[in-house]
Amino acid sequence: MSQQTIFYLWDCLQYLINGITQGSLYALVALGYTMVYGIIRLVNFAHGEFLMIGAMCGFYAIRANQPMGVAIILAMLSSGIIAIIVERVVYRPIRKSGRIPALITAIGTSLFFQYFGQLTFGADPKTIPPFMVEKIYTFGEITISNLQIGILLITLFVLFFLWWLTHFTKMGKAMRATSYNLPAAELMGINTNQIISFTFFLGAAIAGLGGMLMGYTMSVEPLMGMNLGTKAFVSAVVGGIGIIPGAALGGYILGIAENMVAGLYKSSYRDGVSFFILILILLIKPSGLLGKNTKEKV
Amino acid sequence: MSTESKTETILELKNIHTSYGEINAIKDVSLQIYKGEIVTLLGSNGAGKTTILHTISGLLHPKKGEILFNNKAIEKLAAHKITGLGLAQSPEGRQVFANLSIKENLEMGAYLRKDKQQINNDFDFVYSLFPKLKERSSQLAQTLSGGEQQMLAIARAYMSRPKLLLLDEPSLGIAPILVGSIFRAIKEINSQGMSILLVEQNAYLALNISNRAYVLKNGEIALQGLSSELLSNPEIKKAYLGH
Repeated sequence: MSQQTIFYLWDCLQYLINGITQGSLYALVALGYTMVYGIIRLVNFAHGEFLMIGAMCGFYAIRANQPMGVAIILAMLSSGIIAIIVERVVYRPIRKSGRIPALITAIGTSLFFQYFGQLTFGADPKTIPPFMVEKIYTFGEITISNLQIGILLITLFVLFFLWWLTHFTKMGKAMRATSYNLPAAELMGINTNQIISFTFFLGAAIAGLGGMLMGYTMSVEPLMGMNLGTKAFVSAVVGGIGIIPGAALGGYILGIAENMVAGLYKSSYRDGVSFFILILILLIKPSGLLGKNTKEKV
Repeated sequence: MSTESKTETILELKNIHTSYGEINAIKDVSLQIYKGEIVTLLGSNGAGKTTILHTISGLLHPKKGEILFNNKAIEKLAAHKITGLGLAQSPEGRQVFANLSIKENLEMGAYLRKDKQQINNDFDFVYSLFPKLKERSSQLAQTLSGGEQQMLAIARAYMSRPKLLLLDEPSLGIAPILVGSIFRAIKEINSQGMSILLVEQNAYLALNISNRAYVLKNGEIALQGLSSELLSNPEIKKAYLGH
């Protein structure tokens, strides 16, 4: 192998590692997107804004000299609580009005929080420090930081937690039942409004966590939710919207593809590639990579 | 079928009006179910049978009228609250949670209960009633045949230990060989003292296992009486029994 090929392979490996980090962050945001869709079939365009509110609260907590752990918990709580309020006040009253009115309401909610954010927090970008002291390890030609490892481990932990929750707790099983058939879940005595509130809370809190973890790579600003929300939406659709592991898979595919394309080809194609993947999936397998078309049995 | 158990009313509908979108409206429906009874609700497609069951369960709310369950007005309560009072429904088309295992479906039936020991006994009971469910308890409900899904839907509703069980079309679209075992199970559940309101297309089977019946036409009660009498009623024979 020529020297050049070897460097090329090292580069690929580096982009892969960076892509996995990026993918973890997309996955954290996409999880809430997919959970909310799964339970009430709503594409919640305001999901990225829930993250923004959380990251802002985290930023102010750090500025008030709170430790990072406290800031992360505050960010998760504020994202989650905003999500509960929005569901209760905005989405619940129109839940039975059909999907298009709900979609438009979600877009409106997203815009509302973008402008609310600019008015309240100011349009200037804010910086969150890394969530732990950065250490960089070098292996041959590649570098990897403890932050990257931390992000991956936290994401895997969140995925494991969600799997445990949905398969081994009563609440989680009720979430799956409600997402499959809401009226039937009501007939079981499940308070489906409570389950929906909890799902919004959980999804948004995970997004808030993602916002705090990625804060050091990108600045926190009122419009940050727009781009992230779009990426999370694409991740969720690529993996199969409504399916929890699908959102993670989609997030990783997007993160890795973006970094590969940006590194090996042109960084200006970074955002383009996610939509290319989206279009490809919609053409080949519209239900998403892990989605399946179920039919009723007779 | 004892007559002395008919003294206490478990469910009473008083002049209920419900509309379901614009169609399937029910008008001025009154009916009663006494403790321990099986009552059949007959009617052609679109007569409003499912609308009545959904109105009782709280998935729909009546425009007018009153529903008393154990002498408590329930017509304004949310569906999950009504289930909590001891009224369960096995809905039309089974509606099992296909993405949950059979065991998890049954656990959802027992969602509001805390009595672990008694829940385990009830698991044993429904598994003895429908041994197929026990064999496949860890499989997803979507792997079951239509008839097995019907068994699961009935067992799931039973798991809440209701005082009154609503069954919507338990024989619809399932293999004839399974229909018999489902009706035997209904009879057995009833023999434990559970009252049952049965909506059924198979009028012959339904009238044979029930005490009384109501016939619904265009959303109104057209006829009511003892099942044994309705079986020999010429009008019923012509419309529902095919001879």
